[in-house]
Amino acid sequence: MSSRMRIFSVFFVMAALLVIVGMYQSWNVAFSILNLCVISSIMALGVNVQWGYAGLVNFGVMGFVAVGGLAGVIVSMPPVEAAWAAGGVQLMGGFAVMGLVILAATIFWKKTAHLKNTPGKRYLGMALIIILGYALYRFIADPAIDAIEAVEPAMTGYLGGLGLPILFSWIVGAIAAGLIAMLIGRIALGLRSDYLAIATLGISEIIIYVIKNEDWMARGVKNVNGLPRPVPYELDLQKEAWVNSLADSMNYSVINTSSLIVKISYLMLFVAVLIGLFILAEKALRSPWGRMMRAIRDNEVAAEAMGKDVKSRHLQIFIIGSAVLGLAGAMLTTLDGQFTPASYQPLRYTFLIWVMVIVGGSGNNYGSIIGGFIIWFFWIEAEPLGLWLIEFLTSGMSADSALKAHLLESAAHTRLMTMGLIMMLVLRFAPKGLIPEAKR
Amino acid sequence: MTDVLNAIVLITNFVLVPGFTYGSQLALGALGITMIYSVLRFSNFAHGEMMSFGAMITILITWWMQSHGISFGVLPTALLALPFGILATIILVLTADKMVFKYYRSIKAPPVTLLIVSMGLMFFLGGLIRFIIGPNDQRFFDGERFIIKARSFKQMTGLNEGLAIKTTQGITVVLAVAMVAFVFWFLTYTRTGKSMRAYSNNEDLALLSGINPERVVLVTWVITAVLITLAGTLYGLDKSYKPFTYLSLLLPIFASAIVGGIGSPIGAILGGFVIAFSELFVTFAYKRVLGYLLPEQMEPDGLMQLLSTDYKIALSFVILVLVLIIRPTGIAGGKTL
Repeated sequence: MSSRMRIFSVFFVMAALLVIVGMYQSWNVAFSILNLCVISSIMALGVNVQWGYAGLVNFGVMGFVAVGGLAGVIVSMPPVEAAWAAGGVQLMGGFAVMGLVILAATIFWKKTAHLKNTPGKRYLGMALIIILGYALYRFIADPAIDAIEAVEPAMTGYLGGLGLPILFSWIVGAIAAGLIAMLIGRIALGLRSDYLAIATLGISEIIIYVIKNEDWMARGVKNVNGLPRPVPYELDLQKEAWVNSLADSMNYSVINTSSLIVKISYLMLFVAVLIGLFILAEKALRSPWGRMMRAIRDNEVAAEAMGKDVKSRHLQIFIIGSAVLGLAGAMLTTLDGQFTPASYQPLRYTFLIWVMVIVGGSGNNYGSIIGGFIIWFFWIEAEPLGLWLIEFLTSGMSADSALKAHLLESAAHTRLMTMGLIMMLVLRFAPKGLIPEAKR
Repeated sequence: MTDVLNAIVLITNFVLVPGFTYGSQLALGALGITMIYSVLRFSNFAHGEMMSFGAMITILITWWMQSHGISFGVLPTALLALPFGILATIILVLTADKMVFKYYRSIKAPPVTLLIVSMGLMFFLGGLIRFIIGPNDQRFFDGERFIIKARSFKQMTGLNEGLAIKTTQGITVVLAVAMVAFVFWFLTYTRTGKSMRAYSNNEDLALLSGINPERVVLVTWVITAVLITLAGTLYGLDKSYKPFTYLSLLLPIFASAIVGGIGSPIGAILGGFVIAFSELFVTFAYKRVLGYLLPEQMEPDGLMQLLSTDYKIALSFVILVLVLIIRPTGIAGGKTL
C-alpha cells in the first residue's frame, strides 16, 4: 500500500469511528472526543518535533502543558485589585531581590574563575550568597504571600490575571513554555538520552509542585474556575431565534443543539491551529533545516564533523517543541474553562502523549496527528468497550458472583492495560508506527 | 542538659528514624534500578509498577493467611507472605524479560528504545494491578504496632519529648541491611556475582571469557525481583499500599540511583539515604528544636522551616537536577551516559 493510500485509509477509519460514536452514543460525545483528539494531536506534534525530528526524549510534556494552562489563567482572569493592594508590589520586590541574587551569584562565579585550583573558597562564597539571598527573599516575600492569600481565600486569594481575551493566552502559553524550555534545555540537553528523560520528568514534576503550592499564582489546588470563553455560552445561545429554529429543523432539543454549536465553534478554532501548525511542521521537515535535523538525529558525530552546531540545534528544537506543547496546554484550559493543577498526572499528560507519537509513527507529522486521534479515542472509549467486553465474558456467571462484581467494577482499568499492550505490540512488530516516516 | 537531650530526641523522632526507614526503602529500589542498568543497560521505567506488583501479591497472600487464622505473633503476617510475593515477582519479571526485553537485546537496540518499551510495560502493569486490586488504599498490617511507644519512652527517661519507633520501621531497616549485605556478598564472592560484574564492566571481554550472557541476565532479574518485592512491600507496610504512589515513588528512586552514581551498588544505597535525609532535614520545622537550644527571649516565632512540607517530594528532583548538572557521574562515580 502506498503511503498516501495508507494515510487516507487510516484517517477514513478514524472518521468512521467518530461517526459511529455520534450515531450510537450521541453527537455531543463525538464532538467532545473530537475536540480533545485535536488538542492531543497538537501535543503529539510537539513531541514528534522533538523526538521524531531530533531524537530528544522529552518526558516533561506535562510540565509544559501545565505552563500553557497557567498562562490561560494569568491572561484571561480579571486582576484582583485587593490582592495587589495587599501585597502584590511587595511580592514583585521579592522577585526583584531574587533576580539580583541570581545575577550576583553569576557574576561571582565568573569573577572567581581564577580560584579553580582552590574550589573550597569558591563554593563557600557561592553557598553564602545563595543562602543569604534566599533568606532575604523569604523575608520580603513571605508576608506579601500571606497577605495575598488572605484576601477572600474562598473566592480569590491570588493575584488574578490581566483580564485580556483568553485567545491571547495561546500565544503567551507558547512563549512561556518556550522560555522555560530554554532554561531547562541549557541545563539538561548536555545529558545523554536516558538522563534527559529522567531529568525532564523530574523538572515537570517540580513545575507541577510549584503551581500546586504557590497559591498566590493561580490558587494552587483550590483551582480557578469560570475562565472567560472565546465562544458564546450555551444559555445565551438558547435564547437566540436561529438556534431554536435550527433545533426544530434538526428535530433535536435546544439544549443539545446549543452545546453542539459551542463544541463546533471550539473545534473550528482548534482545527485552524492544527492545520497552521501542521503546514509549518511539514515545511520545516522538508526544508534544509529539517534535513539537517535528521542528519543530526541519525548520526550526531558525522553532523558535528560537517560543522553543524549540534548543541544549539538541539536547544532550538527543544524550545520549538515545548512551545507547541505550551500552546496545546493553553488550548486545553480554554476548552475546560478551568485550571485544575491536581489533574496534571504524568500518566495522562506525558506518557499517553508518547504512546500517541509511537503508535502513530515517529518522525512523521501525519502519524502524530492520527496517533493523537486514535489513542485519545480509545482512551475514552476503552472504558465502555472494556465494560461491554467483560459483561460479555462474564455473562455465563451467576448474577451474585463476587468475582463478576469485582471484574465489572475494575473494567475501567482495562484502558491502561490496553494502552500498554498496544504500545508494546507496535514497538515490537511495527516499530515505525501506523504511518511510517517517509524515506527521503 | 535535658534541653539538649530533648532537642536530640526530637530530631531523632521526626528526622532520623523516618529518614533511616525511607532511606532503606529508596536504597532497595535504587539498588534494583542500578542492577538492571549496569547489566541490561537501560533505565527501567516499569520498576515502580513492578514494586507495586510484588507488594500486591504479598497483600493478597496476607489476606488469605489472615482469613485462615495464620499469624506471625507480634510481627506482621505480611512477612510470612513475602516469599510468595517474591516468587510471583520473579515469575513476572522473567516473563516480561522473555516476552518483551529479550527481543530488543537480540537486535542490540539503543537504550532509548528499551526505555520506551519499559514505559509500555509500565502502562500494562499499572492497569493489571488496578484491575486486580483496585486503585484504593489497602491495609494489610497486623501484629504489634510499636517497638517503643512515645509515652513509655517519656516515662522511662523523664524527658519532655517522646520517641516512637514503629515495628514496620524496625523491620524495614533490618531487612534492608540483610538484603544489601547479601547482594554485596553475592557480587563480591560468588562466581556468578563476579561474572555479573565482569559482564557489566566489559560485555565483549566477558563473552570472550565464556560467560553465558543469558544466565547473567537471568540472575540479575531474579536478584532485582527480590529487591523489588522487598522495597514495594516494606513501603506499603510502613506507609500504606496504593497503586498510584508507586508511580510517584519512581522518581525519588531514580534520583537515588543517579545521585549515588548509576551502575554503582554502593552509590545506590548512599543515594537513597542522601535523598531521604535531605527531604526530611530541609522540610523539618526547627521551631521546637531551637526553642530547647536557644535562650527563651531568642525563641523564633515562625516554624523555621527551610521549605514547606508540600515541597518534600519535589526536593528529591531538585537534588537530582543539581547532581545531573554538577556531577553527572554521581557521588560514588558510576557511569556517565
